[in-house]
Amino acid sequence: MLDDTNLAETTVANDDIKIAARDVSVYYGDNQAIKGVDVDIADRTVTAFIGPSGCGKSTFLRCFNRMNDTIDICRVTGDIRLDGEDINAKSVDPVQLRAKVGMVFQKPNPFPKSIYDNVAYGPRIHGLAKSKADLDDIVEKSLRRGAIWDEVKDRLHAPGTGLSGGQQQRLCIARAVATEPEVLLMDEPCSALDPIATAQVEELIDELRQTYSVVIVTHSMQQAARVSQKTAFFHLGNLVEFGETTQIFTNPKDKLTESYITGRIG
Amino acid sequence: MSDASMNTTPSKAKTSLADLSDRTRRRNAAEKRFQAYGIGAIAISLFFLIVLVFSIVRSGLPAFTQTVLDVEFVLTEEQFNDAEKQLFKTKAYSGYFNDALTAQFTEAGVSVPFDAKSIERIAGKVGGTIREFYRENPDQLGQPTSFQLAASSRVDAYINGRFTRDTFTESRFLMAADLDLVDAMKTSGIIKNVFNWNFITGADSGVDNPGGAGIGASVVGSFFMMLVVLFLSLPIGVAASIYLEEFAPKNRFTDLIEVNISNLAAVPSIVFGILGLAVFIQFMHLPQSAPLVGGLVLTLMTLPTIIISTRASLQSVPPSIRDAALGIGASKMQAVFHHVLPLAMPGILTGTIIGLAQALGETAPLLLIGMVGFVARGYPEGFVNGFVEPNSAMPAQIYTWAARADASFYDKAWGGIIILLIFLLTMNIIAIILRRRFERRW
Repeated sequence: MLDDTNLAETTVANDDIKIAARDVSVYYGDNQAIKGVDVDIADRTVTAFIGPSGCGKSTFLRCFNRMNDTIDICRVTGDIRLDGEDINAKSVDPVQLRAKVGMVFQKPNPFPKSIYDNVAYGPRIHGLAKSKADLDDIVEKSLRRGAIWDEVKDRLHAPGTGLSGGQQQRLCIARAVATEPEVLLMDEPCSALDPIATAQVEELIDELRQTYSVVIVTHSMQQAARVSQKTAFFHLGNLVEFGETTQIFTNPKDKLTESYITGRIG
Repeated sequence: MSDASMNTTPSKAKTSLADLSDRTRRRNAAEKRFQAYGIGAIAISLFFLIVLVFSIVRSGLPAFTQTVLDVEFVLTEEQFNDAEKQLFKTKAYSGYFNDALTAQFTEAGVSVPFDAKSIERIAGKVGGTIREFYRENPDQLGQPTSFQLAASSRVDAYINGRFTRDTFTESRFLMAADLDLVDAMKTSGIIKNVFNWNFITGADSGVDNPGGAGIGASVVGSFFMMLVVLFLSLPIGVAASIYLEEFAPKNRFTDLIEVNISNLAAVPSIVFGILGLAVFIQFMHLPQSAPLVGGLVLTLMTLPTIIISTRASLQSVPPSIRDAALGIGASKMQAVFHHVLPLAMPGILTGTIIGLAQALGETAPLLLIGMVGFVARGYPEGFVNGFVEPNSAMPAQIYTWAARADASFYDKAWGGIIILLIFLLTMNIIAIILRRRFERRW
């Protein structure tokens, strides 16, 4: 199964739990999209959520930074803790949560501003830079981490929307890391990219693992196998199986998981 | 044809790519026809536009010129003192004027009999004008001074060809003999057409003096009204739309508000006029005929337009931009003000300019709150108190002129329309420039 990918590299480096989700359910109106899911996201690890379309993996991901709050009819129940703190508590401001839990979206969505301003926006609104030089440093560091510095260093004031799709997505990653989050959520970050850009982003994700806890939603099982150490398989709003990526792809315990990764359902 | 028969058909006859099938030909013909309709529609609208512009300009241009009697005149100090001693002072000045006129006729080699009465019929009471001038500028005594005295509206009409000798009816305002004098004055260069600055800068005149009527005061009135409308309806409208679009919960109540806003946009403007009269003037006791009240009424009228177009342009901003901002920890307000609003700005400006243009051309509500007619008191000193001083507005002024009996006011009405259109164009150009500034590529 999936012999072409290098599974040996993807060992879990860390067992500290960053996010603990217990009995999480999400409702869209009367329709239950997530049905009582328990997941532990480890620190400095890439966790992949896989599953067929409409299984709720993106919805679940958006619980971690409370992006579901922006949808009127959406209701989240259950308990999600970031470093032991309840993120849905009344005292938690979603704005502060999102500064700690960054997000990269499916479609590259740079602001229609310059590359510099795209990256500098987060630090600016969170007051991370004391001076212009500070801000310049943060922008450079973030663009380097987004593996796009060399391509854009000469045109920082060109519009971010003028970049190619892959560059835009890496710019969005740079923008997300500029606020120095602790967790990075990625919602199908490569689905709009070609294979070369995908490879670049995947390489980047692997580097980001040194610093952050990364959660990635993906349609591509190969991608999950390539970049993640842990994999969760969702089906119809249920978490079917959660474990080390190696184990999920080589020795799935659940019949459903096996049929999905071998391509019989999905 | 059944499947079986299709299968048994040996093979399709080979056709060349160059041969157009009937279906293709019909399709192409339909496309050609559609394009022709489109070009026809544009041609028709262009034709009407040209006719409109042409007729406005042709009818409106006479308003910008004025028929004057240009008389070179010297009054010595002696004559001045002499005239001031007399009982009928202005009559004395008229006498001096007639002497000067005779001299100019002789110089031009024209001889035509005239008396003080005919001069009065042609140019009004000239003596008074001259006396006024020298009493205010005594240093001009003894110096040659050129007087430009406005001709009466009937002379103006005759010079502009609105009637000829054949269609002329004699009256106590102008007699047939006076026409000879007018012709003589024209050939000797005493009567001429000059640019009528008073029309652009002046205020409205009485019904018997079309020559002195100007649209300036009502331009100022319209300007102040537009300021009120802009500074009230833009912030209120944009704030209301942002709240409704981005923050308000979606429930019955907000649905009701939405429906009502859409309905308000279709309410006839005269209804807003009655409302303004009842609320702003009768209840709140704001000054009548003031641009402030006019602006308030027009703000009510403009708000729905601005709210609807602002909401549409907020909706058209891709949600991915909102997500992006929220995703890096911007608050909802930051996301809206830093990212959504700038992108919606071109649409908001378009809506605003449409609303303002509507408001600028609105007459009916202004009639009800009294912003019409001969009300420009203290003009031009009244400028500083422009918001509460009684004034008129351009469309109301045009309406007033068009309703007056003297045909010369008809020219003024057309001229007023030209000024109104220039005002509108200026507004639109400013809006376009602002839009260009705000427009961003994706």
